[in-house]
Amino acid sequence: MAELTVLRDAAERDLTKLGEYRATGGYQQLEKARGMAPEELIETISNAKLRGRGGAGFAMGRKMSLVPPADKRSGPAYVVSNADESEPGAFKDREIMRRTPHRFIEGCLIAAHGIQSKNVFIYIRGEYLTEFEVLSQAVEEARGAGVFGDTDVVVHRGAGAYICGEESALLDSLEGKRGQPRPRPPFPPVTGLYAGPTLVNNVQTLASVPAILELGVARYVQIGVEAAPGTVVYSLSGNVNRPGNYELPLGTTLRQLIFDHGHGVAEGRGLKAIIPGGSSVPVFTPDQLDVPLDFDAVQAAGSFLGSAAVIVVDDRACMVQLGLRAEKFYMHESCGKCTPCREGTRWLVQLLERIERGHGTQGDLDLLRNVCDRILGKSLCALGDFAVYCVASYVDKFYDEFQSHIDQGGCPFGGESSIEGVLAPSDMHTHSPMASPVPA
Amino acid sequence: MSEHTAASFHDSVQQLRRRYPDDRSAIMGALHLAQGNHGGWLPPEALEEVAEAMELTPAYVQSVASFYDMYRLAPVGRHSIEVCTNLSCALAGAQGVVDAFEEQLGVAPGETTEDGEVTFRLIECAGGCGYAPVVVVDNRYREPVGPDQVPTIVEELRSPSRG
Repeated sequence: MAELTVLRDAAERDLTKLGEYRATGGYQQLEKARGMAPEELIETISNAKLRGRGGAGFAMGRKMSLVPPADKRSGPAYVVSNADESEPGAFKDREIMRRTPHRFIEGCLIAAHGIQSKNVFIYIRGEYLTEFEVLSQAVEEARGAGVFGDTDVVVHRGAGAYICGEESALLDSLEGKRGQPRPRPPFPPVTGLYAGPTLVNNVQTLASVPAILELGVARYVQIGVEAAPGTVVYSLSGNVNRPGNYELPLGTTLRQLIFDHGHGVAEGRGLKAIIPGGSSVPVFTPDQLDVPLDFDAVQAAGSFLGSAAVIVVDDRACMVQLGLRAEKFYMHESCGKCTPCREGTRWLVQLLERIERGHGTQGDLDLLRNVCDRILGKSLCALGDFAVYCVASYVDKFYDEFQSHIDQGGCPFGGESSIEGVLAPSDMHTHSPMASPVPA
Repeated sequence: MSEHTAASFHDSVQQLRRRYPDDRSAIMGALHLAQGNHGGWLPPEALEEVAEAMELTPAYVQSVASFYDMYRLAPVGRHSIEVCTNLSCALAGAQGVVDAFEEQLGVAPGETTEDGEVTFRLIECAGGCGYAPVVVVDNRYREPVGPDQVPTIVEELRSPSRG
């Protein structure tokens, strides 16, 4: 069994209780951190090469060092934890908050010391009501025990918006506005919450920090791969025998995750596709099972590790239907600020619908790619890109299947696809009928 | 809303406002509270109460409320049943669960039963992908739920013993 850091002792003990967490050495790393100079702490996290676990994989130490130190800024700095986990396929932060909230809180407080901040905000998605309660209780218990010192921790509940997992949209939302992304630069470490320097980090990233101090950099970097040490909680879902969260060293291969830990494809079916980092990333095919799941290796293989949410797709699923369902999600969640994303996602949905229903022409396949090109890189945040990465990769890697829809004038699965007819929330919308640039 | 509820709502919002360096941040918490006080949705008077307590205009409050899925601007049933149909749930057979609820409740997704008891809707990824299909009943996750469990869930909500 590999060494656990984030979920350590969570199976054996009820780590939601402060006493239990303390019995495992909890909050001792905070004491250690507070005994260190802030720059020394940042250097330690930099040397441990901790990369963000929320999706972008940005080095946490580097991000901290971009926050101007206390004597070089005019107002307060903030720590904001992104607990708005909404990427389809990801459910790791939920488990971390529910099972080891204090380790996450300890990480937040250590980070706050590093950037000399007295204010921590945890933005948790509104749907995670149980987790909000567990976390709030842990915060109050820690506060009551004097763990916070002169630092304050506020748990802020969101209200259902995928876009608020995007850090600049999250900051606007936290400021009491509609959650729409901001133009950048300036980046949050310079101008973030209330226009002050702000460190925004994912739940798991922060929950990984105590282990760095506990194990020491030399031991921590032995876990995982050289460019990205440590463990990651992989969320495994889809057509797999044992779905669930698995905390494993970075660099675990897809084959190990799906077959050794997940016990293979459900019902002994054939493996068709693997989405390695949440619904927004380019899809992998079974010949890529030996790709190690770390940031650089997944990127070198043409996708992204993202939030390490691995979705297994078996051979019963129609890829046009899968693309359509994914695209309806992005259409629904586009905040509407940037035209390419707002309009483009609708066009993609309409094109995919036409192809799936058998009304598509050869030109529609080209148009699909053309629309993708007109969205990619043309919006303020990555949501538009996400809407393209997935669908464009389905077309590229399963071109024959898309072509069959055109040639046969309908879905080659003939109603037998495992996701046949799946409805999306946007199918229920009657208040904003879509304009129809593509006649159906 | 009774006078007592109104006073305590106002106090709770002021308490929320004090937690933030800029008190406008309290608007989301205030909307959650108001929605709870108004039977699970935000009628115009609820938006006005939030505006008054937050010292913002009703129009601004509505602009924020209309952005987020969990703030409901149309009436809802006493209970809510939500089914996730995003990728992992879809692959695990969520549409079968949707069909079962549709049959059991006699309403299509997005609708409320005639007796005003249950609003049935579809939702995007709820973060329970490893325990799919995910069903959320009155904001609490049930996972996984198969079509065969649907009648029990509906019966449970409709039994008079349940608030």
